[in-house]
Order: sequence, then C-alpha cells, then structure tokens
Amino acid sequence: MNLNATLLGESIAFIVFVWFTMKYVWPPLNGAIEERQNKIADGLAAGERAEKDLELAQEKAKEQLKDAKVQAAEIIEQAKKRATQIVDEETTRGHDEREKIIAQGQAEVEAERNRAKEDLRQQVSVLAIAGAEKILERQIDAAAHSDILDKLVAEL
Amino acid sequence: MSGELTTQGYIKHHLTNASVGEGFWTWHVDTLAWSIILGLVFILSFRSVAKKATVGVPGKFQCFVEMIVEFVGQSVKDTFHGKNPLIAPLALTIFVWVLLMNFMDIIPVDWLPTLAALIGGESWETIASGNSHIYMKVVPTTDLNMTAALALGVFVLMIYYSVKIKGFGGFMKELYAHPFNTPWLYWFNFILEVISLLAKPMSLALRLFGNLYAGELIFILIAGLMGMWQLPAHFIWAAFHLLVIPLQAFIFMMLTIVYLSLAHEEH
Repeated sequence: MNLNATLLGESIAFIVFVWFTMKYVWPPLNGAIEERQNKIADGLAAGERAEKDLELAQEKAKEQLKDAKVQAAEIIEQAKKRATQIVDEETTRGHDEREKIIAQGQAEVEAERNRAKEDLRQQVSVLAIAGAEKILERQIDAAAHSDILDKLVAEL
Repeated sequence: MSGELTTQGYIKHHLTNASVGEGFWTWHVDTLAWSIILGLVFILSFRSVAKKATVGVPGKFQCFVEMIVEFVGQSVKDTFHGKNPLIAPLALTIFVWVLLMNFMDIIPVDWLPTLAALIGGESWETIASGNSHIYMKVVPTTDLNMTAALALGVFVLMIYYSVKIKGFGGFMKELYAHPFNTPWLYWFNFILEVISLLAKPMSLALRLFGNLYAGELIFILIAGLMGMWQLPAHFIWAAFHLLVIPLQAFIFMMLTIVYLSLAHEEH
C-alpha cells in the first residue's frame, strides 16, 4: 500500500474531470433545472392569478345578477302600477261615458216626451172642440171661446 | 506462490494491483484504467444529457441525472454560502465518480480478474490454482493512490482558496492565532492547527480507502473461505455494502464542501 506515480495520474484525471464538469456538464444541467423551476413558478403564479380573476368575475356576475333582479322587480312593479292605473282610468272613462250616454238618452227621451205631450195637447184641444161642437150641435164661435179653450188646454 | 491454491495466496492475488514501473514510478494500470473508464462514463453520460437538456418535460434519463445534480446542488447550497462556480461541479464530480468506483465492489470478486487473466492468455488451470501472473484490482477506491489523489486535489483547493480569500497573512494567522489568542502560545497553536489542517485530507483519503478496502476484503474472504456458503454470505454482505457505497461517496462530497466552505470563511 505505498503511494506511487498512480497518485499523479489520478490527480491529473481528477483535475480533467472536474474541469470538464465545470465547463460542460454543470452549467447546462443546472441552467435547465433552474429555468424549469422558474417556468413552473411562473405557471403556478399565473394559475393563482387566473383563479383570483375567476373569483372576481364570479363575484361581479353575482352582483350584476342581483342588480338585474332588483331592476326586473322594479320594472314589474312599475308595470303593475301602470296597469292598475290604466284599468282605473279606463273604468272611470267608461263610467263617465256611460253616464253621458245615459244623460243624453234621458234628455232625448225627455224632449220626445215633451214634444209628444205638446202634440197630445194640441190634439186634445182639437178633440175637445170637436166634442163640444158635437155635443152642442151648434156652431160655436171658436175664436170667441178660444180663451176658454186655451185655459182648458193649459189645465191638461 | 506456486502449486496448490492457498487462501493466503488467493487473497494476496486479489489485493495486488496490476502495475508497471519500479519504485515511485510504479503505475497501477488497473486503478488508472478503471477509474478513468468510470470517470468517462460519468462525464460522457452527463454531457450527453447536458447537451440536449430541455427546459420542457424531461426524459427519464434526464430526470435521473437532474435528480443527482439537484441533490448535489442542494447539498452545496445548504453548506457553502459563498459564490464559487467551482464548488458544485467539483462536488458533483466527486460524488458520481466515487459512487461509480465504489459500485465496482458489487461485481463478484473473481469475474473481472479471471476475465483479465483469460484475455492475458493464462490457462484455466493456472488461474484456478492461483498462479496467474495477471493481476486485476477492479475497485479503484480500494487503492490508496486513488483516494489520496482526490484528497490531494481537495487539499490544494483548500489552501488555494484560503490564501486567495484571506491573503497569505490571513491564512497564516488562522494557523497560529487559534485556538489560544496569546502570543506566547502561538507556537502551540501552530502545531495544533497544522496537524488539524493536514488531518483533513488524510482523513478524507483514509476514510474512503479504509471503508472500501475493508468491504472488498470481506468479499474476498467470503469467496476464499466459505465454500458454497459464500452464496448467502455474499448476498448479505452485498446488501449491507449497498449502504456503505453511496454513504462513503456522499461523505467524501459533503466533507469536500465543508472544508472548502471553511477555507472561504473569514474569521
């Protein structure tokens, strides 16, 4: 077990191997590993960011949905109110119209009746004169007694 | 070592490196070859991934490689707080290279030596009798030269960065001004700190070497002594050794990071 020239040979081999590793083996391997680590870290960060974004978006969508619901309810409420209002208005108008038509009809009826009454009066006076003429079988001066007749007519 | 196969001969054969040269200029060919092959397996496979590393969805092998890279990178990040582009690649190289070399321990102890002997032209009889002259120790980390080379590299870097960050004066001051900050004890501090400084690379080299050498020796003993009982024994020891193999690679890497981190710290 004595030391000899082998020591020198192995030392040279050692130096050459270490030099080669330092120059051509370590840098590319370690570089690749570190670069991949960075890439993975970036990917994870991006994933986290996306998750956060998604959460934010979901929250926003929720909020918007809530707003929309509230708005929709408001609109429906308004529409209902308006509908009630329209129905009320129409009912009132219909009512008024009816009243008007009824009033008109009544006025017409009244006028007709008055005219009929007038006619009847005229006819009654004529009939009364004719009846009186027949009863008396004599000529009565219609003009002389017209004041009496008029009084009679007025009493009818 | 001639004639019958003896247990001592068997073990000795397995613990002898294939070497060329004499004295200090002996080269352990098997240690060098296996370590460099495994080092090439490491850098080439990792390089092939690094070349087409994609930031998108990675393939299975890229995932595997990235797991190791991230594991080492995390260990460095946790322990080393300075900025130095060398530390992480150094830790990665040490971890994977040592791990691969340690795993050679799991290959049955006779396979590769026998194969080497056959390729070397030895006959079955020679190999079986333990007289083969071709040696093959396949676990580089059971060779002190290997672990010492790693520790030496770490040690040189420790000294280099200590001097670079703190200056030569600062480095020296660290050696003599601790732990007793009184001038008349500086000589004592210096002895203490130099020993502790030298103990770092030595413990690095010897811990890895000792653990793997012992593990390999147990495998050899089991193979050499236990006859057919070696089958379950090998399995049990291999299962236990599976814990030791990555643990020792991890400890070597971790201590490297810690020592270099200390070298960067200013007191």
